[in-house]
Amino acid sequence: MSANLAAYTTSTGEAFQFWVLGTVAVVGALSTILMRKAVHSALSLAGTMIVLAVFYLANGAYFLGIVQIVVYTGAIMMLFLFVVMLVGVTAADSLKETIKGQRWWAAACGLGFGILLAAGIGNASLTEFAGLGAANSANGGNVEGLAALIFTKYVFAFEITGALLITAAVGAMVLTHRERTERARTQRELSEQRVREGTHVPPLPAPGVYARHNAVDVAGLLPDGTPAELTVMGTLRKRGQIRDVSREALSDLKALEQRSAERLGREEEASR
Amino acid sequence: MNPVNYLYLAALLFTIGAAGVLIRRNAIVVFMCVELMLNACNLAFVTFSRMHGNLDGQIIAFFTMVVAAAEVVVGLAIIVSVFRARHSASVDDASLMKL
Amino acid sequence: MENLIALLIGAPLLGAAVLLLGGRRLDRTGHWLGTLLAAASFVIALVLFVDMLGKGAEDRALHQTLFTWIPVGTFQADMAFQLDQLSMTFVLLITGVGTLIHVYSIGYMEHDERRRRFFGYLNLFVAAMLLLVLADNYLLLYFGWEGVGLASYLLIGFWQHKPSAATAAKKAFIVNRVGDMGLSIAIMLMFTTFGTFAFGRVLEASDQASEGKLTAIGLMLLLAACGKSAQVPLQSWLGDAMEGPTPVSALIHAATMVTAGVYLIVRSADIFNAAPDAQLVVTVVGAVTLLFGAIVGCAKDDIKKALAGSTMSQIGYMILAAGLGPIGYVFAIMHLVTHGFFKAGLFLGAGSVMHGMNDEVDMRKYGGLRKYMPVTFVTFGLGYLAIIGFPGLSGFFSKDKIIEAAFAKGGTEGWILGAVTLLGAAITAYYMTRVMLMTFFGEKRWQPDAEGHEPHPHESPKSMVIPMILLAVGSVGGGAVFEFSGFVEWLEPVTGFEHGHAPISAAAVTAATVAVMVIGVGLAYLQYGRGPVPVVAPRGSLLTRAARRDLLQDDFNHAVFVTGGTHLTRSLVYVDHSLVDGVVNGTAAAVGGLSGRLRKLQNGYARTYAVSMFGGTAVLIAATLLMRAV
Repeated sequence: MSANLAAYTTSTGEAFQFWVLGTVAVVGALSTILMRKAVHSALSLAGTMIVLAVFYLANGAYFLGIVQIVVYTGAIMMLFLFVVMLVGVTAADSLKETIKGQRWWAAACGLGFGILLAAGIGNASLTEFAGLGAANSANGGNVEGLAALIFTKYVFAFEITGALLITAAVGAMVLTHRERTERARTQRELSEQRVREGTHVPPLPAPGVYARHNAVDVAGLLPDGTPAELTVMGTLRKRGQIRDVSREALSDLKALEQRSAERLGREEEASR
Repeated sequence: MNPVNYLYLAALLFTIGAAGVLIRRNAIVVFMCVELMLNACNLAFVTFSRMHGNLDGQIIAFFTMVVAAAEVVVGLAIIVSVFRARHSASVDDASLMKL
Repeated sequence: MENLIALLIGAPLLGAAVLLLGGRRLDRTGHWLGTLLAAASFVIALVLFVDMLGKGAEDRALHQTLFTWIPVGTFQADMAFQLDQLSMTFVLLITGVGTLIHVYSIGYMEHDERRRRFFGYLNLFVAAMLLLVLADNYLLLYFGWEGVGLASYLLIGFWQHKPSAATAAKKAFIVNRVGDMGLSIAIMLMFTTFGTFAFGRVLEASDQASEGKLTAIGLMLLLAACGKSAQVPLQSWLGDAMEGPTPVSALIHAATMVTAGVYLIVRSADIFNAAPDAQLVVTVVGAVTLLFGAIVGCAKDDIKKALAGSTMSQIGYMILAAGLGPIGYVFAIMHLVTHGFFKAGLFLGAGSVMHGMNDEVDMRKYGGLRKYMPVTFVTFGLGYLAIIGFPGLSGFFSKDKIIEAAFAKGGTEGWILGAVTLLGAAITAYYMTRVMLMTFFGEKRWQPDAEGHEPHPHESPKSMVIPMILLAVGSVGGGAVFEFSGFVEWLEPVTGFEHGHAPISAAAVTAATVAVMVIGVGLAYLQYGRGPVPVVAPRGSLLTRAARRDLLQDDFNHAVFVTGGTHLTRSLVYVDHSLVDGVVNGTAAAVGGLSGRLRKLQNGYARTYAVSMFGGTAVLIAATLLMRAV
C-alpha cells in the first residue's frame, strides 16, 4: 500500500474507499448537527470519526488511525455520552432558531467560508504528492518515525502537552467538585427528626409495594386504588415523571375479570 | 483520484462543524461540532503529511488530539457545572453579559 | 564697586523681611530699623554715585550678575543688575526721597499700632522699586514692577478696616493688572522677536525688527506705563489710592512708583525711536492725561485728591516728553526728578496739615492755616511755587524744557502739543493756587467734628518737619542744579539727546510759560482769594461737577467694563450653556445613541459572537486569496 502512496493518483481501491466512506463521513457530520437528540449527534460523530480513522490509515498514518479510534472514538466520545447522560438524555433540542437572523448569517458565513476554503485549496499547487513510503520506512515504521520526532524535535512541545493534560485533569476536578456546605445528617438524626415531626414515622414505602406494577416511576396503589406518591423517589416526583398506571391497571383488571368471567362463564356454560 | 480530495473533504467537514457551532444551542452538541472541526483539521494535516512526505504533519495532528482531549475534559466539566448551576445546557441561556 | 548694587536692594529687602517676620518684639524699634536700612541704601547709592562721577561718560554703566534666575533652554533670565546714569538718577531719587519719607513716617504714624508693619511695607516698596530700576532685563524689571504693585496694594489698603481703603487697594491692584498684562505681552513679544529680554541686546537689535512689531511692543509698553503711571485710560485708581497714609501717597503715588511708566518708556527709548506711531500715541496719551489730571485737580475739595490730579497731570507732562523722542527723554527724567521733590514735599505738607487738623482732608474746612503751621506753610508754599513753574524754582526749568520740546516736535503736532502743555501750565497754576489759598489763606473755616472735638491746628513734630524742609530745598534748587550742572550730558549716553528746534524762540516759550502761569494764578486769586470760600461746595458748572466725579471716569469704567463685562459674562454663560455644553452634550447624546444601537450587536449570545468571528475568518481568507491573486 505504501508504494501506492507516492503516486499522484491513488489506487482505484482507495478512490472507491474515499468516495464511499467520504459520503458516510459527510452524512455523519450533517446528522451530527441536525439530529435533535444529543445522543444521536454523538453517535453520528463517532461514526464520522471512525471513517476519519480509516482515512488516516489510508494516508499512511497508521499510529494516528489507531489513536483516533482508541482515544477519540473510544475515550472522548464516551466522555461525551457520559455527560449527555448526566445532563439529561431524554431532552430533545428544539431546532427552532430563537436569535433573529442567526441562521441566515450562519448559512452565509458557512457558505462563503466553504467556498473560499475550496477556492484556496484549488488555487494552491497541490499536484505533487511525495507519499509517506520513505518517511515511514526511514526509522523502521510509522510509529518509530513518530517516536523519533516526538522525542527529539518536538520533545519540549510533548512535555508541555503533558503539563497541559495534568492541568486539564486538575481543572476538571476543581470545576466539577462540589464542596459540602453542611455536615451530612446521619441515619439516627434523620429518624429522630421524623419522630419529632411525627408526620411519617416509618421509612418511606418502597415503590410498588402496594402495587401491581414494580417500575420505579410507578406509584404504589393504596388499598382504595388511589396512587400513593410517597412510594416514588423524590427526584422523579419533582420532575413530574410519575407514570400513572392506575387507569391502565383498572383496565387490566377489567380485562382480567372479563377473561376470568369468560372462563367462568364458559365454565358456567359448561356446567349448565 | 487525486489525494487532494481529502483536503476538500476536510474543508467540507470543517465548514459543517462551524455551521453546527453557529446553529446549535445545546452546549454539548456545540462541543461535538468543535471536535468535528478539529478532526477535519487533523485530516488535512495527515494529508499534508502525505503530500510532503514527512511525518511532521502527523505529529501536529497528534498534538491536536492531545490538546483536544484536554479541552474536552475541561469543557465538559464546565458544561456540567453550568448545568448544575442553571439547570440548562443551552448556550443561549448563558447570556448574562448582555444588558 | 558693582558688588554694591545688590546691597542697594538688599538693605531694604532685609528690612522688609525682618520687620514683617520679626513680630511684635520689633514694635518699639522697627521704625528705626526700617529708616536706618533705607538710609543705608541711600548712603550706598551716594557712594556709587560719587564713584560714577569719577569715571568717563562711557564707562559709567555697572553690571552685576548674581545668578541665572530662569535657565530654560534659550529662555535665559539672569538675576542681573545694571546701574547706568538713568538708573542712578532713579536710585538717588528713590533712596533719597524714600529715606526722608521714612523719617517723616516716624512722626506721622506715631500713634498707629501697626507702624512696624507699615515700615516693613515701605522697605519692601523701596526694595522692589530699586529692583525695577536696576534690573538689566525686562523680566526682572517685571518682577520689580509687580513688587511695587504689591507694595502699593498693601500700603493703599494699610487702613484696611476702612472699607473705602480696602476697595481702593483692590481697585488700584486690578487697574494695574491691566497694565501689567501689557507689560507681560510686551516681554513675550520681545522674546519671540529678539529671543532675549536683556536691555542691551533687545535695544541693540531693535533696529532689525520690523516696525509693526516694534509698534506693537511699544504700544504694549505704553499700556503698562498707563497702568502704573495712572495715565488715561487707566488713570482711575490714583485718586482712590489717596486712601492710603499720606507718606505712602507722597512716596509711591507721587514721587516714585507712578513714574515707573516714564522710566519704562525712557528705558525702551530705542524701541520707541524706531516706532514713530507708538511715539505719537505716547504723546497723545500724555497730552490727554495732562489736561485730564489738571481739570480733575481743579474741582477736588479733598486736598490729597487735588494733589493726585496734579500728579496725574505732571506725569502726563513726562509721558508726553518721553513720547517726543530724543528731544524729550532727558527732560522727562528731569521733570520726573524735580516733580519727585516738589510733589513729595506738597504731599508731606498736606499730611502735616491733616495731622494738625484731625485728619480732615476737605480744603473747604481749612483756611488761614499759615498762622498755625508756619513751617508747613513755607515748605508747602515753596513746593507750590516749584510746581506752577515760578521762575528760578525747579519746576520752572523742567516744565519749560518740556514745553519747548513739545513745540520742537515740529509741524501741526508741535503746535498742538505746545498749546496743550501751555494750557496745562495755566491750569496747574490755577488749581495749585486754589489749593494754596483755600488751605493757608482766608478766614478759618473749621468746625467741631461730630463728637464735638474742636481741631487745634499745630505745627508737626520735628521728624515730619525736617523732611519737608529738605524736600523744599530740593524743590527750590533742584531745577537750577540740573540746568547748570549738565544733567543733559549726564543722561545723554543712556537716552540719547537731540536739540529740538522750536519754531519759536526759547525766550518766547519761557515768556509764554510765565505769562500763562500768571494768568492761572490771577484767575484763582480772583475766584478764591478775594472773598470767603464757601464751606459747602457750590453746585458748580457741568464741567466742575463732572470733574468732581473724576470726569466721570469711574462711571465710564462702570458702564463700559463692569456692566459690559457683566453682560459679556452673562452672554458667555448662555453661550457656554447652549452652544458649548450643547455641542458636548450633543456629542455625548450622539455617541450614546450610536452606542445604544451598537449595543444591540452585543446581545450576550455566544453564538452571535461566533458568527462574527466566523465571518471575520472568512473575510481574512478572502483577503489572503485576494492578496495572492494580486
